[in-house]
Amino acid sequence: MKLDSKIPAGPLKDKWTNHKNHLKLVAPNNRPKIDIIVVGTGLAGASAAASLGEMGYNVKAFCFQDSPRRAHSIAAQGGINAAKNYQNDGDSVYRLFYDTIKGGDYRAREANVHRLAEVSGNIIDQCVAQGVPFAREYGGMLDNRSFGGTQVQRTFYAAGQTGQQLLLGAYSALSRQIGLGRVKMYNRHEMLDLVKVDGKARGIIARNLITGEIERHSAHAVVIASGGYGNVYFLSTNAMGSNVTAAWKVHKQGALFANPCFVQIHPTCIPVHGTNQSKLTLMSESLRNSGRIWVPKKKEDAEAIRAGKLKPTQIAEEDRDYFLERRYPAFGNLVPRDVASRAAKERCDAGFGIEANDTNEGVYLDFSTEIQNKGRQAAYAKGNHNPTPEEITKLGKAWLEEKYGNLFTMYQKITDENPYETPMKIYPAVHYTMGGVWVDYNLQSTIPGCFVAGEANFSDHGANRLGASALMQGLADGYFVLPYTISNYLADEIRTGKISTDAPEFAEAESRVKDAISKFLNNNGSKSVDHFHKRLGLIMWNKVGMARNEEGLKQAIQEIAQLKEEFYNEVYVPGSADELNPELDKAMRVADFIELGQLMAMDALQRKESCGGHFREEYQDAEGETLRDDVNFKFVGAWEYKGSDISKAELHKEELVYEEIKIAARNYK
Amino acid sequence: MSAAKNINITLKIWRQKNAKAKGSMETYKLDNVSTASSFLEMLDQLNEQLINEKKEPVAFDHDCREGICGMCSLYINGRAHGPDSGITTCQLHMRMFNDGDTIYIEPWRSKAFPVVKDLVVDRSAFDRIQQAGGFVSVNTSGNTIDANSIPVPKDDADKAFMAAACIGCGACVATCKNGSAMLFVGAKVSQYALLPQGKVEATQRVLNMVRQMDEEGFGNCTNTGACEIECPKGISLENIARMNREYLKASLK
Repeated sequence: MKLDSKIPAGPLKDKWTNHKNHLKLVAPNNRPKIDIIVVGTGLAGASAAASLGEMGYNVKAFCFQDSPRRAHSIAAQGGINAAKNYQNDGDSVYRLFYDTIKGGDYRAREANVHRLAEVSGNIIDQCVAQGVPFAREYGGMLDNRSFGGTQVQRTFYAAGQTGQQLLLGAYSALSRQIGLGRVKMYNRHEMLDLVKVDGKARGIIARNLITGEIERHSAHAVVIASGGYGNVYFLSTNAMGSNVTAAWKVHKQGALFANPCFVQIHPTCIPVHGTNQSKLTLMSESLRNSGRIWVPKKKEDAEAIRAGKLKPTQIAEEDRDYFLERRYPAFGNLVPRDVASRAAKERCDAGFGIEANDTNEGVYLDFSTEIQNKGRQAAYAKGNHNPTPEEITKLGKAWLEEKYGNLFTMYQKITDENPYETPMKIYPAVHYTMGGVWVDYNLQSTIPGCFVAGEANFSDHGANRLGASALMQGLADGYFVLPYTISNYLADEIRTGKISTDAPEFAEAESRVKDAISKFLNNNGSKSVDHFHKRLGLIMWNKVGMARNEEGLKQAIQEIAQLKEEFYNEVYVPGSADELNPELDKAMRVADFIELGQLMAMDALQRKESCGGHFREEYQDAEGETLRDDVNFKFVGAWEYKGSDISKAELHKEELVYEEIKIAARNYK
Repeated sequence: MSAAKNINITLKIWRQKNAKAKGSMETYKLDNVSTASSFLEMLDQLNEQLINEKKEPVAFDHDCREGICGMCSLYINGRAHGPDSGITTCQLHMRMFNDGDTIYIEPWRSKAFPVVKDLVVDRSAFDRIQQAGGFVSVNTSGNTIDANSIPVPKDDADKAFMAAACIGCGACVATCKNGSAMLFVGAKVSQYALLPQGKVEATQRVLNMVRQMDEEGFGNCTNTGACEIECPKGISLENIARMNREYLKASLK
């Protein structure tokens, strides 16, 4: 199979404009004759469904939650990037493009990323027009802050709830179309298969999660916007229901799955507390604007802290190791996520971790310096040029509360510790998946008519995503890319007419789904779905996690294959098929996670280099920095499904071409 | 921080097979619950125990488990989202309970939120209210005006944000003796009423959203303020007052 990325010719900065000018259109009077299915209602799905509905297509949107407003984009905290240069710090489309390519460790497509940077400003305009209440300055203008991997302030935000506000904006646009009858919404529905007719995506099989009914839905094109696959690790910052099933079913029907081993481990999450833990909670990267990350310099101090004999506030300034500031003075605490995560792991592996859990894995995120700085500034701003230490501390804490209040409260509720008084304890956790379904420049997968948007595709973040770029990509895909590219495809469908769900392909897909369900319900095993999911998660975290090596990956591949067999033999799924049955929903999802997990390990094994979130221990320099291999691995690794034995999957390579940017070692020092 | 310990508890949980079935409270014993666990992790533990006994696990809604998606609900010991303030059920931790406690868990109870199964209810009425007018009628366009061309006073932007922080969980309705949705609707109306972008359609918006709210069978507001107390996001009663002003203005036009 030859992978054609369909990147338009011409100078980089003109590609998207020229491409748009030459894409085919569907006239307004023809659009109501065309059906489009959108799976997922996060930023990418909701914005796509709303925009396509506005254009006049018949849209059917699906989400597994009880309302489209609950999709996990809602939990994004820190912000959204846009090259507006409102802060006059030298930002531009080119710089956002460059930072994103570099941040992704030179494993993303130039043309896609440039397009993303080009439309970033429109996203902010669109959201403000919808009534999204971004943070503002006293003059009434929009405020910005910094994020990791950049030296400008281009991040727009709404306290620590930016994802919520953007998603509710997209949800309001979607709600308007539902109210107008342009979009039909299917809540509490899960897509369980893709239906292809004559090689084209023509519909889906979905299960009504309340009644258990298996439904056939047809369309002229299918958009998958079902999010990432971080829950393959069981513990992650994803929502409990986030799953890979829609994307995986598309893969099994012939769409290639690209770079599955590129996973982002986010540096600032609340550490694991015990064996019953169900998920991990992120503390926004924006906190690294104000917090300094450290561990004790002396091992005995770390030990005393873990034993509860010493408090972090008792460690003198000179006995603290601000390891990010030490190793990366130019970017300091604002290095990209992969770099910050590995540095924390390095310190904890060396015995300096401060959390009293099984693995001692935790470092401090300390706000005391910022409290002093901002408190002093606030006192001066009030005309008090001789503030007492108490006044400074009080004003400094008030400043922190305004910027990060909800995050500090969230932290306190979970840990029972007050982060205004004592540093936060944090540790890296699985957060975002850069890999996903392979798509061309038009966001179309290798199945004609099957488009993939947002985190579910692989396209824009290379081997590591920069903070505040996921929201940007989700909305770029849904608002400003798909509406153009999908119309180009649909221009050839105006004479097709309604797609019948009586076609044999629908019947076949439906029986595949029904068979899988009945197999689980009649299995008569003895172990819960979670039992297997947790075991999968442990294999993935230990062997396909923050640091990987050949031996571990080979073991992981074996162990996952074995786990798969055990899962099908021994899993117990209670209840019946014709009712609300959350255990059945989970079983269907975990079955797909197991297969994906094996593919991730295979992908990590073949990629004999370290880049971005993919760190192979064999490929590092003397200082523990990643060693990329641009001669042999400057490609997108896209896997073709070859049957239920995942080890038979076939790798295809899309060579990456850098015309504009000179590829270089990533340096944040 | 108090060190985590294990406690033994008794649970009284509403079980209801489906929307049509008659439900009842069932009793379960659960041992060795870590006080560091969240409330929903405690329910996971119960379900694991039930599955191992080949019994039907308890159905409950949940997703993000970090207090923002609004999917979790539960009436715990007679309070929406349980015995702590400013949080959702998924943020409630077992350190709020003691060894030997009996904990009562029920679904949201309100005419407009019918029970689907066990602790799961149908809140789609909220979606329909939003569909009636909870938006600015602006299409996707690469040509909207620059985001900074209309300055918005910081105070208005902050108030709009605080209203927009509503997560649509329905605790306000569940806790109101009248089953009123006025805090939810008031918050959405306020967000747009406070921003210049929302003012153009203000009249139609408030009339349509209130009409839909009434059609869905939500009750009226009698100013008891229970909704504000139980709201996990601290949405203020001022939003109801603002909605009433908007409604009055719209009705007089």
